[in-house]
Amino acid sequence: MTAYDLEPGDEVHPGDPVTVDRYTTGARINHWITATCLVLLAISGLSMFHPALFFLSGLFGGGQITRWIHPWIGVVLFFSFLGLFIRFWRANLWRIEDGTWLAKLRDVLSAHEERVPEVGKYNAGQKAVFWLMSILIITLIASGLISWDQYFGAFTSVEVKRIAILVHALASIIIICVWIVHVYAAIWVRGSIHAMTSGQVTGGWAWRHHRKWLKELVGK
Amino acid sequence: MRRTFEFELPNPPTQNVNTDLGTMDLVRRSASTVPPPARQLTEVAKLIDISKCIGCKACEAACIEWNDTRPKIGTNIGVYDNPPDLTPDMFTVMRFSEWVNPKTENLEWLIRKDGCMHCAEPGCLEACPAPGAIVQYSNGIVDFVHENCIGCGYCIKGCPFNIPRISAVDHTAYKCTLCSDRVAVGQGPACAKACPTHAIIFGTKEEMTRHAEERIKDLKSRGFENAGLYDPPGVGGTHVMYVLQHADLPEIYAGLPSNPRISPIVDIWKGVTKYAGFIAMGAFATIGVAHHLLTGPNKVSREDEENAKHLVEGERT
Repeated sequence: MTAYDLEPGDEVHPGDPVTVDRYTTGARINHWITATCLVLLAISGLSMFHPALFFLSGLFGGGQITRWIHPWIGVVLFFSFLGLFIRFWRANLWRIEDGTWLAKLRDVLSAHEERVPEVGKYNAGQKAVFWLMSILIITLIASGLISWDQYFGAFTSVEVKRIAILVHALASIIIICVWIVHVYAAIWVRGSIHAMTSGQVTGGWAWRHHRKWLKELVGK
Repeated sequence: MRRTFEFELPNPPTQNVNTDLGTMDLVRRSASTVPPPARQLTEVAKLIDISKCIGCKACEAACIEWNDTRPKIGTNIGVYDNPPDLTPDMFTVMRFSEWVNPKTENLEWLIRKDGCMHCAEPGCLEACPAPGAIVQYSNGIVDFVHENCIGCGYCIKGCPFNIPRISAVDHTAYKCTLCSDRVAVGQGPACAKACPTHAIIFGTKEEMTRHAEERIKDLKSRGFENAGLYDPPGVGGTHVMYVLQHADLPEIYAGLPSNPRISPIVDIWKGVTKYAGFIAMGAFATIGVAHHLLTGPNKVSREDEENAKHLVEGERT
């Protein structure tokens, strides 16, 4: 059985409770580097976005440091996320059951997952977050490079820079909203954060939220 | 007796020099608010009469000298413009345009002294994210405060005239100050002081507008029927104004915009985006909290664990 959504390192360990390896050490380190960068980028970016939040630049040691460090964190995030993308893209490919899952979002949100189709390693919501993050990060790095006057100021006209900075601001707002969804989902679905810290989930967690993935793993 | 020019600038005082322009005179301060000033200074303006300019660049030299910017010696790029553009060390440059007047077939040499226009509604200040890095005084001067500047270059995006430049040395933005430090002690800008033909004069905005009218009348009487004052209303008027021989065609003066205004993109970025952004982020966070309060945590049940156990053992045994 060649399941598209089994990732290297996914493994079931019998016991009580059953434990399932969900994220490898490499994937977790990769994730948390990206997460740290995203939070630092949001804080530094917001400080330059709205005067009411300018005080946040103090966390970086002032406006000047915030201005030069923000794009460099962006570069780190871009390559870090590229690593996550290479790890996760295949299991995040859109499948037919994802449409059904999304159509029953009401049942998902009211915690009636028994009414929705069995889900592989990632559900449609997680896939949406994955692809939105991917598109937005590409948008942000491109518009960010155009706005990086220190190194790239000479390559574009002022009009292009204006469009780039507006696109950058809009994409930032959307990615922060996507991030809120991502973090909230991880908090709401208990056991998810543990998956990204220790790498493991319980069999019950996998049964409840990603039964197709668990069945594939067991039958591997 | 030598006839003195009406707007001859006084020589500098040597004693009892009191600065009469300070933070109490601010009407706008970037990324922050200021209390309304107790007094309103008379609006000042620099009037640049292009028909009188001989392109000697005394204004450039005076600007460098007064502001002590010491730009590096440049290279000749084949035209009179030298340096070819504004830099963090050159707050003003003369832009030379050769234009053939289609009516007279005369070649006209149009020399425009470029630099900050000191807009009444400054785009740089609107775009600036750093509190107090750009200020506007009640006399109309728009000034950059370098210790507050973070070097982001947003002012460049806000400016309809493409004036500010970021220094690679201290990473802050530079532009013409209208010699605010000289004006503060009752002087005029260094360029106006140095101009040998009075093509650059300085005074109250009202005086400058009145003087410009006389100049325009004179130019019209000499065949420049479209002579006029450049004080563009799109930015609320400016505190650097031009007398143009051909006010109907500002673009022929090295691309002087005919209807400058703050770009609508900048307005969207600094206006609706800021509020919509906060609303969107706030809404997502609020929905999250509300959802959690309503549904409670999504916990794995004992039954789920049992089911998983049966599945695993069923397969393995």
